[in-house]
Amino acid sequence: MDLLLIFLSAAIVNNFVLSLFLGICPFLGVSNKTSSAISMGMAVTFVMVLTAIVSWILYFIVLVPFKLEFLQIPSFILVIASLVQFVEMVIKKVSQPLYRALGIFLPLITTNCAILGLALLLSMREYSLLQSIIFGLGAGAGFTMALFIMAGIREELELTDVPKPFRGVPITLITAGLLALAFMGFAGMI
Amino acid sequence: MKANKTLGYEYIKGFWETNPVLKQVLGMCPTLAVTVSVMNGLAMALATTFVLVFSSLLISSIRKLIPNQVRIAAFIVVIATFVTIADLVMKAQFPDLSKALGPFVPLIVVNCIILGRAEAFASKNSPFRSFLDALGNGTGFLIVLVVMGGIRELIGSRTLLGYQILPNGFEPWLIMILPAGAFLTLGLLMGLANFYVDKKKRSEREELIQKYRKSQNDVEVKGQEA
Repeated sequence: MDLLLIFLSAAIVNNFVLSLFLGICPFLGVSNKTSSAISMGMAVTFVMVLTAIVSWILYFIVLVPFKLEFLQIPSFILVIASLVQFVEMVIKKVSQPLYRALGIFLPLITTNCAILGLALLLSMREYSLLQSIIFGLGAGAGFTMALFIMAGIREELELTDVPKPFRGVPITLITAGLLALAFMGFAGMI
Repeated sequence: MKANKTLGYEYIKGFWETNPVLKQVLGMCPTLAVTVSVMNGLAMALATTFVLVFSSLLISSIRKLIPNQVRIAAFIVVIATFVTIADLVMKAQFPDLSKALGPFVPLIVVNCIILGRAEAFASKNSPFRSFLDALGNGTGFLIVLVVMGGIRELIGSRTLLGYQILPNGFEPWLIMILPAGAFLTLGLLMGLANFYVDKKKRSEREELIQKYRKSQNDVEVKGQEA
């Protein structure tokens, strides 16, 4: 039950994109087409779960016992950067189709604040390893969902006559605002 | 004289011409997340500017020592160092602010503005120029954050910097301090900025056309006289 709550909270109620504002850059950048939105979402979810495991081990097994918490930021960011590189290499070797599907999105993930945000939040909230994994899964699912919905709306938006100054990023932001408003409806759920 | 002018330009251009948020669309996450009030926006922008200025300065001083292949990793380590300093100082000196900003102070490390300036400017220019560029971009970021925070605080909770401005009769718009309000405010702000730029461009173009027509007319008149 506890795990289910963590999952739902990360995926819907405290959606990473729409209520915590983490990962806005890919949200605005890659939400043009539903197909690329799904690929990006999958890549992010995959890296998020791995990050949750690795950063949990790093923080609670290495940093906390040796009282090195002040090294949290540099060590997390380096671990995430090397993890992404490593994942990219492994996928390239193991599965070419998957590599082609995720390919260009993987390097972008390094500077995605949702990933580092996830690592920081799970150390701040002192989750257990299992809880962290579920948290990563939920956050990834929520991110994918927000990206997919946004991409669907933007595909329709292409066909509409938006006032010229609002074309591009501004109208996307306003759409995201309305979407966030809709997601607020879930706030009472937990 | 000319050198002075361009140095000034390195500083000024970040305010509006290449404003990191409105024009380059960088650093959106903190812009949206922390601008619930002017104070939060100001604190966030100052912390970011601190990191931006010092990491640009350091990166540009050691730019010739960094091998090209590992430059991104080197930049990130430099940036992470300054972010840690900012985070710890804030936790020690302003615990309330640090709590209000939550994970967004450590998240400065992945703020695209900083890595963007390091990659696009500091790694190619002299320390002094990078310093000015970083300061200008930081100020541009500060302007947007304070304006956003001002609008949202004024309409969302009737206050500015904690002092009540609007009378009690004004019903605060709760939506402005909720996440949705952040998206809407920034979207409208960017739309306005684009509108202004378009208008300016159009009037400049019309002026040019008129000048051209006038000169053509002059030539014709002269031709007829001859």
